[in-house]
Amino acid sequence: MVPLAQSIGANRIVQGKAVTTTTGDPALPPDEEKAFRRRLVERALKSLESTPEGQEVVWGEDRG
Amino acid sequence: MSQLRVVHYLNQFFAGIGGEDKADTAPGSEGRPLGPGNALNQALTSSEEGEVVATVYCGDTYFTENQEEALGRIVELVRESGAEVLVAGPAFGSGRYGLACAQVCQRVGSALGIPVVTGMHPANPGAEQYRGQVYMASTSDTAVGMGAAIEVMAKLAVKLGRGEELGPADEDGYIPTGRVKTQVHEKTMAQRLVDMVLKKVNGEPFETEWPLPSMEKIEPAPAIGSVAGARIALVTEGGVVPRGNPDKIPSGWAKHWARYDIGEVSDFTPDKWQSVHGGFDTTKLNEDPDRVLPLDVMRELEEEKAIGKIHEYMYSTVGNIGYVADMKRFGEDIAAELQAAGVQGVILTGT
Repeated sequence: MVPLAQSIGANRIVQGKAVTTTTGDPALPPDEEKAFRRRLVERALKSLESTPEGQEVVWGEDRG
Repeated sequence: MSQLRVVHYLNQFFAGIGGEDKADTAPGSEGRPLGPGNALNQALTSSEEGEVVATVYCGDTYFTENQEEALGRIVELVRESGAEVLVAGPAFGSGRYGLACAQVCQRVGSALGIPVVTGMHPANPGAEQYRGQVYMASTSDTAVGMGAAIEVMAKLAVKLGRGEELGPADEDGYIPTGRVKTQVHEKTMAQRLVDMVLKKVNGEPFETEWPLPSMEKIEPAPAIGSVAGARIALVTEGGVVPRGNPDKIPSGWAKHWARYDIGEVSDFTPDKWQSVHGGFDTTKLNEDPDRVLPLDVMRELEEEKAIGKIHEYMYSTVGNIGYVADMKRFGEDIAAELQAAGVQGVILTGT
């Protein structure tokens, strides 16, 4: 839940797929789902490497 | 109606013993109101509801450094004075004094079974920790607000002393306790909601029935530079635990977190891992717990040397309906362990 992360001042926020599957998407075939998860994690790791201006929320994926 | 016997707790300063140089004063008592106790006594006697029969005091430093002994002694002094109600402070913004007032109230209340009231600024650490256990008049952060504080505390003391129900926090002037009371309203929820929407649209003030908790802002950690070579930990409030939940992490209202060795684990497979989160349907998550804690792809990245190492332990709890104070403590405890272990970065997943 992005607003919750923002409310405590987090500055590196990657939007997940859904509350029920933050780093997964059961609608995708397994290999594509894993690729999706990997993109989220890579984006999160990239966020750790620098300090964003303000509270950055990365809307990594089309949330359908 | 008989007059309530009110005992008043003060620190050395407000009891008139002295300032910081007398902060090591041990607990003592006098059979009369002292300092702000005079105003409290006047508020009680003018309404013929009660009187301040004794003042119990203790130096702030003494209390902090000898807390258990001081609390025991203070409880005895309050008992000996025949108190029917204890009033402590007000402490305004003073952290040490606020904590002392809250702890004295909490201890006297539980040991003697009498109503207790204190007063302080809502941001006082005493309020943050004890607002759910002790009624506290909401005061200004300096003694400028003494008059108003005493008035509210006297009213609360009388109401509680007479066994009357308190009204809502904003009406009776105390710091919200976080407890929700059931109340019958003359209008249905839908009617009240429409009223609120109309007020909002018309730019009129309205009051929510479900205020969001006010969150303290946490200073984010600085960047770590390149993650290649960095030790990265996985932490989650998604309730990922070994199947069978050996540490009994609850599905909500968690009071603890757990640490699991994942040094030899490459994937959270459903035969060995599960989520015990109670805030949503975990069916899809339990088909593959990597869907909330992405260990499988982290291992790939580790093998490809895109990151240095995944920390051997992952940390897990359930955030569902957790108290902010508990969650804050979890965060502090987990962060301290991770720092001690030389972890540079964390991927913290939430639901």
